[in-house]
Amino acid sequence: MTPDQLKYSSEHEWVFVDENGVGLVGISQHAADSLGDVVFVDLPVVGDSVDQFGKMGEIESVKAFSELFSPVGGEVLEVNSILADAPDLVNESPYEKGWMIKVKVNDATEIENLMTLAEYEDYVLESESN
Amino acid sequence: MPSPFTPNTEEHRKKMLDAIGMDSVEGLFSDIPEEVRNPDLNLPKAMSELDLRAYASELSARNVSAGEYTSFLGAGSYWHHIPAVVSSIASRGEFMTAYTPYQPEVSQGTLQVAYEFQSMICQLTGMDVANAGMYDGSTSLAEAALMACRVTRKNKVAILDSTSPLYTEVLDTYVQAPGIALELVKAHNISLEEDTACLIVQQPNFFGYLEDMQTLSNIAHDAGALLVVSVDPVSLGMFNPPSEYGADIVVAEGQGIGVPMSYGGPYVGIFACRQEFVRQMPGRIVGKTLDTHGKEAYVLTLQAREQHIRREHATSNICTSVALISLMTTVYLACMGKQGMRKVAELCYHKAHYAASLIENIPGFSILESGNGVFFREFTVRCPIPPEEINQLLLEKGIIGGLDVSNYLENALLLCVTEMNSREDIENLAKTLREIGES
Amino acid sequence: MTSPLLSQLQQESRKLLMDRSVEGRVGATLPDLDVPECELPSTDLIRDDLPLPEVSEGEIVRYFTQISQYNFSIDNNFYPLGSCTMKYNPKLNDLIASMPGFSNIHPLQNDATVQGALQVVWEVQEYLTEITGMAGTCLTPMAGADGELAGMLMARAYHLDRGEDQRKVVLIPDSAHGTNPASAVMAGFTVKTLPSDNEGNTDLDALRESVGENLAGLMITLPSTLGLFDRNILDVTRIVRDAGGIVYGDGANLNALLGRVKMGDLGFDVIHSNLHKTFSTPHGGGGPGAGPVIAGPRLVDYLPSSLVCREEDGGEVRFKQSTPEKSIGRMGAFQGNFGVLARAFTYIRSLGGEGIRSISDDAVINANYILEKLKGSFDLPYERVCMHEVVFSARNLKNNCGVSALDVAKRLIDYGVHPPTMYFPLIVEEALMVEPTETESLETLNTFIDIMRTISEEAHSNPELLHEAPHFTPNSRLDEARAARYPDLRWRPSHGDSE
Repeated sequence: MTPDQLKYSSEHEWVFVDENGVGLVGISQHAADSLGDVVFVDLPVVGDSVDQFGKMGEIESVKAFSELFSPVGGEVLEVNSILADAPDLVNESPYEKGWMIKVKVNDATEIENLMTLAEYEDYVLESESN
Repeated sequence: MPSPFTPNTEEHRKKMLDAIGMDSVEGLFSDIPEEVRNPDLNLPKAMSELDLRAYASELSARNVSAGEYTSFLGAGSYWHHIPAVVSSIASRGEFMTAYTPYQPEVSQGTLQVAYEFQSMICQLTGMDVANAGMYDGSTSLAEAALMACRVTRKNKVAILDSTSPLYTEVLDTYVQAPGIALELVKAHNISLEEDTACLIVQQPNFFGYLEDMQTLSNIAHDAGALLVVSVDPVSLGMFNPPSEYGADIVVAEGQGIGVPMSYGGPYVGIFACRQEFVRQMPGRIVGKTLDTHGKEAYVLTLQAREQHIRREHATSNICTSVALISLMTTVYLACMGKQGMRKVAELCYHKAHYAASLIENIPGFSILESGNGVFFREFTVRCPIPPEEINQLLLEKGIIGGLDVSNYLENALLLCVTEMNSREDIENLAKTLREIGES
Repeated sequence: MTSPLLSQLQQESRKLLMDRSVEGRVGATLPDLDVPECELPSTDLIRDDLPLPEVSEGEIVRYFTQISQYNFSIDNNFYPLGSCTMKYNPKLNDLIASMPGFSNIHPLQNDATVQGALQVVWEVQEYLTEITGMAGTCLTPMAGADGELAGMLMARAYHLDRGEDQRKVVLIPDSAHGTNPASAVMAGFTVKTLPSDNEGNTDLDALRESVGENLAGLMITLPSTLGLFDRNILDVTRIVRDAGGIVYGDGANLNALLGRVKMGDLGFDVIHSNLHKTFSTPHGGGGPGAGPVIAGPRLVDYLPSSLVCREEDGGEVRFKQSTPEKSIGRMGAFQGNFGVLARAFTYIRSLGGEGIRSISDDAVINANYILEKLKGSFDLPYERVCMHEVVFSARNLKNNCGVSALDVAKRLIDYGVHPPTMYFPLIVEEALMVEPTETESLETLNTFIDIMRTISEEAHSNPELLHEAPHFTPNSRLDEARAARYPDLRWRPSHGDSE
């Protein structure tokens, strides 16, 4: 997965939706960097349903905490259980090994509510200068 | 006279104000609205150390204290022997005048003690993990109830009616605002509904007796609720640890293990639980890690649970770990050790049973059993006259009597016997009760 | 220099009690049983094993004394930890709290048998009420956070009593300590953050927009956590009260205001005071403290149980406990941290009215002196007179030399000074919050100023020195990520060398 293949939310989560309508979800490198050393990720369980921009979990670093919001709505098909023992993967590999959940996307048009990489980068720059 | 706690002299103040560019100190307070600035302050005049010591001695002497009198009062605060080592270590300025160990490189003393405390609490209770300390036993209990609700995502708490009514009142204060329902249940007749987060049991119970913990544990777990146990740490010198009967969260008042009664505080609340709930625990937690040179060291950890990071999402608002009192209990447990803790528990057990055996033979007095019928160092006595009157008569004989529990059981007196009560004290108590009964 | 034996000895000194345990050693004596032995209960109830250490008394004393040396403390170091008021703790406080008539009394004794203790409690209640200009004080909350919870539960009870159940929103400035929002939530409220204006005062326009019929109240620290006295404070309290809200004052920074202004005169309805800050009771390495809750006329009837009142009957004075009419109930099993109250009592009586007033004068002079002398070396986010503490920013060092507030803090340790509070308040980048207190001398302040200037120069000349600090402590910087990722929270028996 490369960053330019992904779509981004304003809460710094990304999603990649494959041809079967399954969305792979994680957080951006920018989000991982600003949190610092991630120490714990609390994710939903398989079978839960999440809403677009609804809360899907929490992430903790040594000195920060943040809620996680799903960039797409649908049923949770799989959870990256390796993160329970290796939360540092979120820092080291946010777009690959540090993925969080797979979602059966309910409504493909939700993707239109998300940003492209270029839009997201502008968004980050803008929010940092404020 | 100048204050001995403030080194600034008039000359130094002037020097500093000059450097700041102010004529007088008044200018530094000019942000305060003028209409409310510099109010009258009606406080007594300063006292010299000599005068203040005399005044405080006089106030202190106006109290009836254990030691001066013999005492049979327990019910949550206990008169036990404290080795001299405890106050000697706890009064060291390095421990007493440090702050929360935010800078671990200059706080390894405090941090290592906290890790020792957590370890010994785990060993004593049999639980997987413990935090570094809470305010007291009652607030630990209330926090355990809130935590059980977080863990189970349920909103109702059941508490056995043999729990200390003082603790139940504190619990009530804590659960009202978040809208948690509180249900008082009887041991012989419990049916927990599905929405119950936990069953809270005190062991030994408020009246001094052990509860049938395995049965209560099964009832809680069958209903999908957690078992929260409020245990007496001294009793753990001889009785089964709560892990044996499946406790999920264990809380305790740490006063009995190395802390003076001090009219109710400061004490330390003990808080331990199963490993899987560790991230839902309130309070400070210390962990072991490595420094950049690979040496072992200790640090505050799992801090993302806490108020300074998580703010309104925190597991609790608590900031303190009552570190100095945790230190006292740690030193106490180290001094007592494996043999001493067993011995203290057995001394309490035998002495309390001796006292009960004398009292139950006094006409008009009887022992009121509860729980499974086994008591530890407290027991409840039915008296022929109101306990309030008995306590008054005991006081005249130099004895601090028990707790009047006639609000809960007719004419009942809760008595406590520890290693501090000699055979003579106990026999004197029985003799006095006999005289009271006869008159 | 170092040798294998030396580093082995260093490790040994850190060995935990369980690893020092030798079967058969004891650390205390107990009397023999002097009553007939009775039968023990069924063995099902008795534990098989009690895994506690077996160590002799001398070993225990040496162990704890050795590890105590790894701490910085007020008795040993300058400790300018902002917002914590690390002032000198007079030794008389401890002596008086330990008098047997205070330390050996039971919390459930009859009031008639503890008249001396009740007088101490009553006096402290009266003094705090007078110092803050409020209507009544309850001393039972056992810490600042506990006082906050009590105060916010009182606010809740007040609104419910008036049938205003909809008042759920508590406003909290962005500079506030994290405890404030956590306490508000525990008391059943939701939290809305309020911005500060560019002078560090409450943004009045934002406040006006935020108040309405859902407003439960405002929690505000005065002086603010920026060390500044909010010039808009009278407008702030008026706007909140006019909108039907309760004004809660976090008294963490009361050390700046003693005798200079009373919170009650500023329109506060309820506040707490941290006795371990303003009233010099020792911090104990993170407690115990005491957080009395102090109420104005609107909330005084809601104070927790119990209060002490004084009655005079035919020339005889009696003290007794009572519970206010609409009390929120019990905050703890007993009457609070009496041992801490006895220390605060001693402090207030030692200083008297004039001494109490001079505390704030000297605390504020000391902080402004540091502000003046260091503003050339560190950024000053708010260019105005501060109160008892000053917040600097290391952002210039960060941008110019890659040296952070953390690096500065750790380098201070090399010079024997406890670091200031770092990265707080959150609204100041690379914050370093310095609170000297009134108990430090001009000589100590000048030494600190020299050290800080030197560190600022070192940041330019040798940033690596700062990145690697501290250099002389038993441990260098710790791997906090490792501690949180793989929690090791207790001793466990080691199994041979493989562990």
